[in-house]
Amino acid sequence: MAIDTAQETNVRINDFSIKLANVNGTGSASANSLLMQAIFRMGIPVSGKNLFPSNIQGLPTWYEIRVNKSGYTARALDYDLMIAMNSATYREDINDVREGGYVLYDSSWPLDADLLREDVTFLGVPLAKVCIENFAAPRERILMKNIAYAGAVVALVGLDFDLVSGLLAETFAKNELLRESNQNALRLGYQFAKDNFECPLPFRVEAMDATSGCILIDGNTATALGCLYAGATVAGWYPITPATAVMDNFTRLCAKYRREPVENPLPGELPYKNNYLILQAEDEISAIGMVLGASWSGARSFTSTSGPGISLMNELLGLAYYTEIPAVIVDVQRTGPSTGMPTRTQQADILLCAYASHGDTKHILLFPANPRECFEFAVQSFDLAERFQTPVFMLSDLDIGMNDWVVPELTWDDSYVPDRGRVLNDTDLATMAEFFRYTDADADFVTPRTLPGSDEKGAYFIRGSGHDKFGKYTENADEYQEVVDRLKKKHASAAPHVPAPIVEHTKGASVGIITLGGCDLAVREAVHELAERGVATDFMRVRGFPFVSDVRRFAEEHEVCFVVEQNRDAQLRSLISIETGFPIESLHSVLAYGGFPLSARQVVDGVLSHLEKKS
Amino acid sequence: MTSIAKPLIPLVALPKNDLGLTVRDYEGAVSTLCAGCGHDSVTAAITHTFWELSMPPHTIAKLSGIGCSSKTPTYFVRGAHGFNSAHGRMVTIATGANAANRELNYIGISGDGDSLSIGLGHLAHAIRRNVNMIYIIENNGVYGLTKGQFSASADIGSRLKKGEPNAIAPIDPILLGLSMGATFLARSFSGDKAQLVPILKAAAAHNGLALIDVISPCVTFNDHEGSTKSYRFMREHEVKEIETDFVPIRKEIHRAVDEHDATEITMHDGSVVRFRSVPEGYDPYDRQKVEEYIRDRRSRGEIATGLLYVDEEALDVHELNNTPRYGLNQVPYEKLCPGSAALTTMQESFR
Repeated sequence: MAIDTAQETNVRINDFSIKLANVNGTGSASANSLLMQAIFRMGIPVSGKNLFPSNIQGLPTWYEIRVNKSGYTARALDYDLMIAMNSATYREDINDVREGGYVLYDSSWPLDADLLREDVTFLGVPLAKVCIENFAAPRERILMKNIAYAGAVVALVGLDFDLVSGLLAETFAKNELLRESNQNALRLGYQFAKDNFECPLPFRVEAMDATSGCILIDGNTATALGCLYAGATVAGWYPITPATAVMDNFTRLCAKYRREPVENPLPGELPYKNNYLILQAEDEISAIGMVLGASWSGARSFTSTSGPGISLMNELLGLAYYTEIPAVIVDVQRTGPSTGMPTRTQQADILLCAYASHGDTKHILLFPANPRECFEFAVQSFDLAERFQTPVFMLSDLDIGMNDWVVPELTWDDSYVPDRGRVLNDTDLATMAEFFRYTDADADFVTPRTLPGSDEKGAYFIRGSGHDKFGKYTENADEYQEVVDRLKKKHASAAPHVPAPIVEHTKGASVGIITLGGCDLAVREAVHELAERGVATDFMRVRGFPFVSDVRRFAEEHEVCFVVEQNRDAQLRSLISIETGFPIESLHSVLAYGGFPLSARQVVDGVLSHLEKKS
Repeated sequence: MTSIAKPLIPLVALPKNDLGLTVRDYEGAVSTLCAGCGHDSVTAAITHTFWELSMPPHTIAKLSGIGCSSKTPTYFVRGAHGFNSAHGRMVTIATGANAANRELNYIGISGDGDSLSIGLGHLAHAIRRNVNMIYIIENNGVYGLTKGQFSASADIGSRLKKGEPNAIAPIDPILLGLSMGATFLARSFSGDKAQLVPILKAAAAHNGLALIDVISPCVTFNDHEGSTKSYRFMREHEVKEIETDFVPIRKEIHRAVDEHDATEITMHDGSVVRFRSVPEGYDPYDRQKVEEYIRDRRSRGEIATGLLYVDEEALDVHELNNTPRYGLNQVPYEKLCPGSAALTTMQESFR
């Protein structure tokens, strides 16, 4: 065994990436996240991206782990180590490894000679053979292969064996049998690598202190937590990838935190009551209908869905906009159009959500970049929806929603008071001569509403048909326009209330990059890399729509301004241009829309190729 | 869909209910439907029912979809909160409203186009969930607002004013309800207020979704010779074998006319529905027998009306989900937010 030290030349510490090629449904996910979690526990910035098929069992699936001491953990496209566990994809996986990289494969069977590359090192581990020798049950023999390769990776990249072993023990704390076989498999893989390869490889981990105060969480869990903390009580939803886990988590959290004990329950009654009601609807139309009904009645209510669900909800979203009913819609975006690629990511619902429904409509959008923002923006969505009495969309995506991210711990301010907006109760009504639904607008053009069940004086008739400011049916042009003109101003008034853009300046930059949501890390890394290549850039990440005036100003202040986003049609660029009036031809697009999370290389290449063309 | 306010000063002293309100207090704007429209009779029956039940107007929430029927909530109980939603979606809104506040009295008005075509899926699933509400289908077999196309309830052989007779099978909301697990099913005729009012009262007392299919002729597009939803056809083919009285809670029970036939159902709130007359062997608790009876009548070209099926034991959407007895919109925020300490603790598992 060679004893390596960090001082050794050509050794990279905490800066590499691993790609694991598996067959889905074989239990690889737990082994892969075990590795990622172990790196996180060693205090090193890390990301894990699951690139999975829309299938339950038998198709190729990949997991990518990127370790980066500087925190640049967007998707890497250079793989130092390939764990090739799927013979069906050997060729493409082996081709994916960077020059000088390594391929770990199951050497129970020989590798075809034509797959070999001279510029990579092949590490054969007889995983199947070892597992057949050591485990009896057929399912165990398959499952333990995963933990065994994880054991080999532990040795290869210098992970703390005891730490990983401890994590496994935590996972299987309640199942002694599984705990033992997992530990056994981990040790078998680890030992084989130690005995047969030079461990660790020239890229490896070393413990650091960059993740203290951080957690490992996916965006869908964080979103559900936000809805819990915001005080949402009614949810309507329809199962859809990649949003389903939002409601799964909300259900689980409510069962834990929203059960109120009942003193002296009646015979046959449970000893608690649920302070929530989650309705699995027959479709997304019904789901949003339920949300509108509940919000009309004064409950905080939301739905979670993805693009196809938004398409179905369009009709009632227009009703909510026009009749001024709060609604929170979480859109965990996936690749469209139509069914598209349900397990791939994209940011292609921006325009759909901004202008959802027929007729003149405009909605409030929030763009979280990571699970922490999912938590915070979910809470803000309810405040904005009730303050502005209108639908609010939180546009997460599959990458944020379904992958584990390292983010600073979530914090909660116990002095938070929900902004329930302008709601008149019976005491308010008693002081009034008359109540009309769409009169008495405030500075934000919001008019007070009443809730069903309030005094007769506050009773009014909601209608999606043409209405005047008194809420009465109208076909009169002036009366109709007076209401829709106020709605336009109300929407514009929301601009300073949505999360402000994040702006970072570089000295002497004449190039600006505007981006949003899950592009954040890749673009930040690109800014860093471009600076190293002599191109100074300023960075703006928009976090909400309607846009504040800073967005247009940022575009104006830069000689060249790029908009980086994950869709084919440059939807953010269009939205900025339509809404701020900034000429669209002066905004240059860098687009990635193949369905995989953005990487810095795509941004750097896009920016440089445009600048080169220009010069 | 313009609405005209009614003058509020009565010419003669009107009787008052327990709240001191007259029936005029339960009215709404003047109807803009065609003169003679069956829907206006349904509106009158609803108005009368709520007045007789002394239901405080502000505790009523009235909802509708789109179509002639869906215009009618404007015409009753002006003191109630109302929601004229989108075509076919009424019950999705009602479900959400009920989820948030179970303490109000929900009445949804829909039509055969609204409920049996565009909103059929929502109706079916609202029945399954047993949302506590009155759900009225004002059924005329025709699309009125778009000037006379067949709806999904049009019978085979029924004719429009012009064109070919209908050749495809109708959807009967009562038979649909029986197969979806409905807990209250009634059919009535807009021309028979005496029958409809007790049914509406029983529906209001019912714990769960009370579906009432009211045959309500369209005088403009579907009241001609050859229509099976006309006044004349209904007068000639209606079979009113199942007649009921509604006995409110704490009121003296009047003796039924045919005492030997009387079957009583105690509703969730303690009021009583008394079947005044039912055919021999008819059992309003027996899903299968009720279906056989309706199919048998139908095969003879007859339309059985009355309170056809009741299941007062079933749990409604809130009981199924074990929510508090009061509205979820009343739960104070302090009880809903687990707070910062819980957030810190739970994040220990996120490492």
